[in-house]
Amino acid sequence: MKNFQIIRALSSRTAVTNISKEKEAMFIAGGTNLVDLMKKNVVAPDKLIDINGLDLKKIEFLKGKVSIGALAKNSQVAEDATIKEKHPLLSLALAAGASQQIRHMATVGGNMLQKTRCSYYYNTDMPCNKRTPKSGCGAIGGSNRMHAVFGASDSCIAVHPSDMCIALAALDAQVLVEGPKGKRQIKFTDFHRLPGNTPEKDNNLEAKELITAIEIPDHNFTKNIHYLKVRDRTSYAFALVSVAAALDLKNNVIKDVRLAMGGVAHKPWRLTEAEEFLKGKTVSEEIFRQAGDLAMKGARTYGGNDFKITLGANTITEALIIAASK
Amino acid sequence: MASKKNNPKEVTENDSNSRRDFIKKSGLFTALAFTPPSLVMASENKWDEKIAEYLETVPLSIEVNGKKHNLNIEPRTTLLDLLREQLQLTGTKKGCDHGQCGACTVHVNGTRILSCLTLASMQQNAQVTTIEGLSNGKKLHPMQEAFIKHDGFQCGYCTPGQIMSGIACIKEGHANSREEIREYMSGNICRCGAYHNIVDAITEVKEGGKEL
Repeated sequence: MKNFQIIRALSSRTAVTNISKEKEAMFIAGGTNLVDLMKKNVVAPDKLIDINGLDLKKIEFLKGKVSIGALAKNSQVAEDATIKEKHPLLSLALAAGASQQIRHMATVGGNMLQKTRCSYYYNTDMPCNKRTPKSGCGAIGGSNRMHAVFGASDSCIAVHPSDMCIALAALDAQVLVEGPKGKRQIKFTDFHRLPGNTPEKDNNLEAKELITAIEIPDHNFTKNIHYLKVRDRTSYAFALVSVAAALDLKNNVIKDVRLAMGGVAHKPWRLTEAEEFLKGKTVSEEIFRQAGDLAMKGARTYGGNDFKITLGANTITEALIIAASK
Repeated sequence: MASKKNNPKEVTENDSNSRRDFIKKSGLFTALAFTPPSLVMASENKWDEKIAEYLETVPLSIEVNGKKHNLNIEPRTTLLDLLREQLQLTGTKKGCDHGQCGACTVHVNGTRILSCLTLASMQQNAQVTTIEGLSNGKKLHPMQEAFIKHDGFQCGYCTPGQIMSGIACIKEGHANSREEIREYMSGNICRCGAYHNIVDAITEVKEGGKEL
């Protein structure tokens, strides 16, 4: 690892001011992804701004919403009693990610900013447009079993790796950020980007902006919810596909529904068409099967990941069946 | 054959040595002519290197197994490397060094974390417990006893991480069934496949109800 300078920021204002002065400076919170990337020389900042001293760790239940500080740990949020009660989908998704040791270290803000686990991105001997723009994409025509089936481009077919973010996309969360120009809010589903011609940009944060919190509006998805993650081993592996399913049922009729998918795109993939299809219908396996097939329409595969179309449809169906039966 | 003249390697070395010496000496004389005497002395004592080394380090106060340490470390030093290389606490193991195996699991302020993905420079005033800090004199920790009793290992390389994680698993309240133990121990890989016995050991300690 290249050596670097490290400073501790005492307020979000000084953190942002400090990072603005440096070209190759980065914020560091949990470090579970960044330290690994630095060891592999995928990123090599000159300066790290340690933001762990900032007062951004609280989970606050406010009128009509919950505010979760960007430095709240993944395990802290997953195991918070009120989060479990009011936002069980988020709790389930968080518990499905990484291992308990990593969840104790990783923060909410850092989770949102973690990089893809595409092996070409991590191997500096390989071409990767995300790591080195215009060097090519190793995964197209290469080993792409883990890769995207929605919204990819000729530049990049990597997928977003987070589980937490799939639940947050389904729950219509908002991202609060602070930068040199002040504070602003970004809709969660607009936070991450599709690769297009600029796969080096994972999200719509502007230079030197800091995530300070996420907010989830209150909702009725507290009972019939499920996060189903399909992976190569039972635990501690990234998703091949995952589905966050939330149903608001009345007498077995679907009043409202949220569906989002992980492991299939460069960002958390909200299944709005399938949601619209399900609204107002009566719960049945057949209806869920049709929603799964509908959601996977328009998927494009790359050889190694052809199986994701069938797996995706089945996972959506299964997640909805489990959610409805709770 | 043995004469110096016929040995091309030695002749070249001699030539290059003398050339290098000449460049070094003439460079030194030029430098001396333009350098204040204090800096010449600094250079002779390698102070510049010492100063550079100092400028590249950060001070760190850290408590490991109850013992306080005041250190100067490079910012890039991981907690794992600090423990193993600077404090000679080699019980904590380096497996993958990339957060995938759990062999480096230690407790920081009572919470289990991966020391390979933790920068030591971010652990100011932290209290760290490693496998060396578990036993009470010669009396082993209940989890250490249970691992021996249930044969919770074969080669033993992952064992310090498994034991640190197993203790935390119980303290966190995630050892209520074999399934829950397996899920919350999934960050600790055992290539010998001693999982069944590891779950036995953790279950016994949990059911024993001793304060850990």
